[in-house]
Amino acid sequence: MSSINWFHYAAPQRFYPLAGQLVPWFGALAVVLTAAGLYLGLWVAPTDAQQGEAYRIIFVHVPTAWMSMVVYLAMALWAGIGLVFNSRLSSMMATALAPTGALMTFLALWTGALWGKPTWGAWWVWDARLTSELVLLFLYIGFMALHSAIDDTRRADRAAGLLAIVGVVNLPIIYFSVQWWNTLHQGASVSITKAPSMATPMLLGMLVMALACWMYCIAVALARVRLIMLERERHAPWARQALEGLA
Amino acid sequence: MEGFVCVFQRDLRIALRRRTDSLAAVVFFVMVVSLFPLGVGPEPALLRTMAPGVVWVAALLACTLPLARLFADDLQDGTLEQLLLSTHPLPLLVLGKTCAHWCGSVLLLVLVSPLLALQFDLSASSTGVLLLTLLVGSPVLSLVGSIGAALTLGLRGGGVLMSLLTLPLVIPVLIFGAGAVEAHNAGLGVGGHFSLLGALLLLSLFAAPLVTSAALRISME
Repeated sequence: MSSINWFHYAAPQRFYPLAGQLVPWFGALAVVLTAAGLYLGLWVAPTDAQQGEAYRIIFVHVPTAWMSMVVYLAMALWAGIGLVFNSRLSSMMATALAPTGALMTFLALWTGALWGKPTWGAWWVWDARLTSELVLLFLYIGFMALHSAIDDTRRADRAAGLLAIVGVVNLPIIYFSVQWWNTLHQGASVSITKAPSMATPMLLGMLVMALACWMYCIAVALARVRLIMLERERHAPWARQALEGLA
Repeated sequence: MEGFVCVFQRDLRIALRRRTDSLAAVVFFVMVVSLFPLGVGPEPALLRTMAPGVVWVAALLACTLPLARLFADDLQDGTLEQLLLSTHPLPLLVLGKTCAHWCGSVLLLVLVSPLLALQFDLSASSTGVLLLTLLVGSPVLSLVGSIGAALTLGLRGGGVLMSLLTLPLVIPVLIFGAGAVEAHNAGLGVGGHFSLLGALLLLSLFAAPLVTSAALRISME
């Protein structure tokens, strides 16, 4: 592994074909894993003793909620690298991740509402975890709004990147909210330090779905970053060639 | 430190000479709070439970109004470039500007709040707690707001965008500020809420001027 020169791919010109090769693989993995995860979750996993069949939305809800935080962290990390090293590609990655992260946050909130209606009797409660997840959605929207409001892409990258880094303070609040505040939302379903408290097929289904979400997010972010690269580098000869290849 | 004092005095003097700006924010604050009894009905019990939240949300919105001008005037007349070029540490100068903004525009708003609490039939001790939470919490609004103001400097529709960026970040202040008054009304201790508000104030006092300085440098490139 150490023989790979990672800086080689820091140039959009060289990363563009690599990303193009990776997208179908991650996309295919996402499809296969989603099919396997949904099969495990909807057919194999047993009915929950307390919540009956309603709990099955967990197979979408928990993975998307995890991804909403992971993607934000990745976005802030890329934005930070872009700010420190002034590298174009990392800022493009941050920009490419934002819409996917917003989608994951929205899905987590939406499936949470669908789950909350039968179990809590309400679409929405002002619980600490729900509220902080909503704030995360606002942060994604703020990032995208600020980026699109600034015409100069370099300034847009840096300003939005700074905002993304400031917003990281929200992540520990979401993560620990069920421990810090004793609210309606149930505690964490899976913990690294404790033995799993759920049946093995349930856990397996959830983990497979989480992996599927990872693959989906990577595939979509890479596909989007390819378009961003083409758009921003459209004056470069390689991008013009690639565009002619597309047309 | 010299730079901090200098910028602070200058900005405060400007704020005192252009009184309409700060007064507009206070009038906005009073109007928004006064609209609530008209909207939800004048039952005293309902108003008493709503008062802390209503006053806090209105204060939050009123604070963001004058924030849009925090750096805009200096950008137009070139003062901001001079500040960026000066040998004084930029975070200290930014802190001076933010402090002056708080003293010139927000402090008046905080001092008016007991009158509004009176309208909502809050008890004297609850009013005191409300005033204290606003005193501790509103500087956080100004400090975090300065980040948004610097990021959106010189953009079209910057004011709306600034609110969009700033409001999610100050939600904790709102929760603990209004929560302290509610806890006091319920006969519980308010120490925990004030500790958290104080922690937020210290954190933003330390971090916000640094982030704002970085944002200003990005905006002025």
